[in-house]
Amino acid sequence: MSQPDLIIHDEKDNVGVVVIETTKKGQECNAWIMENDKTVKVNSTNEVPLGHKIALRDLAEGDTILKYGHDIGKVVRPIKKGDHVHVHNVKTKKW
Amino acid sequence: MQIPKSFLGYKRENGRAGTRNHVIILPVDDISNACAEAVANNIKGTMALPHSYGRLQFGADLELHFRTMIGTGKNPNVAAVIVIGIEPKWTKRIVDEIAKTGKPVEGFHIERTGDIGTIMKASKKAQEFSQWASEKQREECPLSDLWISVKCGESDTTSGLASNPTVGNLMEKLEPFGVHLCFGETSELTGAETVCAARAATNEAKNKFMKTWNSYNDFILKEATDDLSESQPTAGNIAGGLTTIEEKAFGNFQKIGNLKFIDVLEPAEEPKKGKGLYFMDTSSAAAECVTLQAAGGFNIHLFPTGQGNIIGNPIEPVVKLTANPLTAKLMKEHVDCDVSKILSREMNLSQAGDELIKTMLRVANGRLTCAEALGHREFVMTKLYRSA
Repeated sequence: MSQPDLIIHDEKDNVGVVVIETTKKGQECNAWIMENDKTVKVNSTNEVPLGHKIALRDLAEGDTILKYGHDIGKVVRPIKKGDHVHVHNVKTKKW
Repeated sequence: MQIPKSFLGYKRENGRAGTRNHVIILPVDDISNACAEAVANNIKGTMALPHSYGRLQFGADLELHFRTMIGTGKNPNVAAVIVIGIEPKWTKRIVDEIAKTGKPVEGFHIERTGDIGTIMKASKKAQEFSQWASEKQREECPLSDLWISVKCGESDTTSGLASNPTVGNLMEKLEPFGVHLCFGETSELTGAETVCAARAATNEAKNKFMKTWNSYNDFILKEATDDLSESQPTAGNIAGGLTTIEEKAFGNFQKIGNLKFIDVLEPAEEPKKGKGLYFMDTSSAAAECVTLQAAGGFNIHLFPTGQGNIIGNPIEPVVKLTANPLTAKLMKEHVDCDVSKILSREMNLSQAGDELIKTMLRVANGRLTCAEALGHREFVMTKLYRSA
């Protein structure tokens, strides 16, 4: 099996985690879904480093980010499929 | 993989089984450490467990101290115990409780005798215990004799991606065999607390969990000087890709797989509802957490790490796993099970779970963990508040 560029925990997730050193701008990434062992593809719109997240679909302000199949925060700036998802466009719902 | 149905353990008088056969010299209080260490130095095959507390504690904090001392002595990985304290009353209380397991235990107090006389008397008894324990043989024990505790540390994104889910996979596979399981880390479930509460097997367990978590959260809000936005996640977590406290908590939570917990334990409390998964109210500091779980009676520990935590425990073997390829390479001497191939997809979660089961059983059967070989014996008491 080839090494994935992204890993997705759960089929419901709308983000995947980069597991290569960094993605290149425009790179077609192989994203492996751990839960069901399927692979999907997503184009990375920026350079995103290891351990960071990439959106698997377009997300609007107020949408919920799902990782591990669970709510991990809310979108505070519109996100396009393939964008880097982090503190600049997602915030906790906790405080 | 066909999961072995048994391991080789030490059968104890009370029906439990140990993965280790320690004879411990347990100081009741900080000022008895010197005496306990002298005895352990005199008599080979014994181990002193020095610590920093045990004087002028009161209320719930004192009760936790006793529970930790007594639970450590009762743990089935311990064959026999010498208890040494400054005063007779507290020493006797600990001895009497450990004695209920049926294992050899003897207490000594230093007042009116002094260190040298106490060391002589305690050493004679310790020699007897050490030689007695050395004849104990490992016997075939059912898998259900394993009480497995878990806690992660120095976590990074690889923990939530792979090493924590590997522990979850092991839990899912071993729960049907009737093992006891325990997770803790009250603080690091923040953000996932309602989802965690929903994993309670009963309403009673759910209410107990929420009460425990709320009490912790109230304490944090009372002591905190800001809203924790700057602390959780940490700057390091954010650099590593973790965006919110919820994300960090769910990474932690992967360790229990799809299981439900049947009860909530006080720190160092022994489970009383039989086989299954328990939540224990603990700090997220590694040595404190494992010390409490060991005192709760757990006899083998699984510790997933990202950046490379090096913790060990004197009586409960700590099996470390990592999915971080760099940690597996640079800190090889600390890693019992390398599951980094999950990230490169050369290994799936189920295969990683199988690898961890194999590693854990080798350790249960007697293989020294990396932490044991390196001499890690972190025995750290949890202190709830200042002493009188």
